[in-house]
Amino acid sequence: MTTPTYTDFYTLLPYLILTVWACVLLLVDLFIPVGRKGITAFLAALGIAVTLGFSITQIGAESVGFSSMVALDGFSTFANILLLSSGLFGIALAYGYTQRFNMVRGEYYILLLFSVSGMMLMAQANDLIIVFLALELLSIPLYVLSAISRKLTSEESGVKYFLLGAFASGFVVYGTALIFGATGSTNLAAIFAQAAAGVTSGLLLTIGAALLLVGFGFKVAAAPFHMWTPDVYQGAPTSVTAFMAAGAKIAGFVALFRVFATAFPSLAPELTTILWALSAVTMILGNLTAISQTNIKRMLAYSAIAHAGYILMAFVPYGNAKVAPTAIAAGLFYLVAYAVSNFGSWGVVIALEKAEGKGLEIEDYAGLAKKYPALAAAMTVFMLSLIGFPPTLGMVGKFYLFRSALAGGFPGLALIGLVTSLLSAYYYLRVVVNMYMKEGDPEIEREPWLALTTGFTAIATVVVSFVPQFLFMLAYTAVMR
Amino acid sequence: MNSELIVFLVLSLVAIATALGMLFSKNAVYSALFLVLNFVTVAVFYLLLGAPFLAMSQITVYAGAIMVLFLFVIMLLGAENLKPSNALPWQKPLAILLSVILGVEATYLLLARARSSLSVTSPDAALNTMDSLRNMAETLFSQFLLPFEITSILLLVAMVGAVVLTRAEKGAAK
Repeated sequence: MTTPTYTDFYTLLPYLILTVWACVLLLVDLFIPVGRKGITAFLAALGIAVTLGFSITQIGAESVGFSSMVALDGFSTFANILLLSSGLFGIALAYGYTQRFNMVRGEYYILLLFSVSGMMLMAQANDLIIVFLALELLSIPLYVLSAISRKLTSEESGVKYFLLGAFASGFVVYGTALIFGATGSTNLAAIFAQAAAGVTSGLLLTIGAALLLVGFGFKVAAAPFHMWTPDVYQGAPTSVTAFMAAGAKIAGFVALFRVFATAFPSLAPELTTILWALSAVTMILGNLTAISQTNIKRMLAYSAIAHAGYILMAFVPYGNAKVAPTAIAAGLFYLVAYAVSNFGSWGVVIALEKAEGKGLEIEDYAGLAKKYPALAAAMTVFMLSLIGFPPTLGMVGKFYLFRSALAGGFPGLALIGLVTSLLSAYYYLRVVVNMYMKEGDPEIEREPWLALTTGFTAIATVVVSFVPQFLFMLAYTAVMR
Repeated sequence: MNSELIVFLVLSLVAIATALGMLFSKNAVYSALFLVLNFVTVAVFYLLLGAPFLAMSQITVYAGAIMVLFLFVIMLLGAENLKPSNALPWQKPLAILLSVILGVEATYLLLARARSSLSVTSPDAALNTMDSLRNMAETLFSQFLLPFEITSILLLVAMVGAVVLTRAEKGAAK
């Protein structure tokens, strides 16, 4: 019988800090009076900040712990920092929104903390059992948060998300079982070793990996597993949607990167074709459907689907050892770019949203530029970034993605990405046109944290795009362990 | 006739009786309770075969957790005394057909086994002693310690989530 050692704890320390913090906060919240739940928000943010600080000290550290169930390396630390930052943005956006729409509850922030901890566990998971548990740990709080406003649409969105999410988890479990059947292990490194040595039933392994892909595909909203996305994004409280769109996507992709790059390089010939098709279908479907949307939340939901397709592109050449590190680094870079623009654009949506779901049509943005030029300018920056137009982070991200697709020998995929990006300009620019060229009288909410988030992400989107090499090198060193 | 055989014979009668009771009782709650008794009897069979862990998990998982869930659903739906309905008219003949096939198959296997004079071998005794239980516990709390602990956090989160969704908001009343 072995007891956990210092290394075990050090490997998982960011997750442990956040989980313990969330559990303690659950108790502390009971003593915070109903009218002052802002304290809970502050404490939750403090917990994330402390964990973030600790994660930053872990840059460059590498270890495995708990019988190699979890791994700490550059990749996981990069993901942890990104996820924790998303958590901070998620709290900042929620603070004013929950007060405005009468859903102030201490549990909101605690569930958000648990969800972030699940996402971090996902990034560190080195064993399929942990992958599954992390997937549940990040999803269950999100199901609850989607339904938290107790309005009909919110509850419907929560139930829909829960049912389809449970379905997706089933795929992950089934895939894990088949992989265990084929290789006799759930540990990623052991699966790789067994697959390289030759398994008796290669078909079993391939089907298992494909089922895992389906499960993760649900989580990152890749077509054809994206059906839940528009309804859930639209029905959930907007602050939850913003967090869900960024956090769940980052966690899903990070797990996908790690599981497939660590365990299944031997399956690359079969899976590359599937991934190619998934990526292409997701880009085309997401962008084409987004064109016909009039509701900004639905439009951004379809845009989220389309971006899942772009990020999947980074993943297609994962079996090619020469291209894979650059491609996965490009994927990580794009995740950062997407997360920043995502939080910014949802922040603007929150600023314009009114009670009873008013203020969510794209027409409601008419005249925004005349009345609130700063906000309109910020929204323009985010829209340009989502199109991939210079000088924004989105453009640099797409450049890296298309370059890695070309280097991996998939010019067709890069072409589809380019054409669909051009197509996407139509619906993103429609928002800009409404803001600048139409008359209207929009009302916005002035909330300091909201303004701070929107302003910060807008400035970051532009400024970092001038020095992208630094961020890309960070991602690249994270991938090259 | 040793004592083990006597226990087995008595329990077999109980098991068959409770299974029939489950099938034929009109009240769904009685059916569920009969099934609980049936599960407990089967758990004792496992003990007789020298598989203590299987017996305990049979009781905790099937007789405990799953049946409580069943009872909850029956009571919440108020389905204790449903009138027999003909919503699925094709279901009855299909069920009879399938059970006849299953019965024939089981009988054939039993006879084939008897003819080849193979007695049913009891599970490997060495694998089913208390030692195996200890080994399992040690694996669970050393190699699989982390998944075990994460599961407990997961259950906590699910519980908090359920409370959040069902308890009315205090802040919203204002």
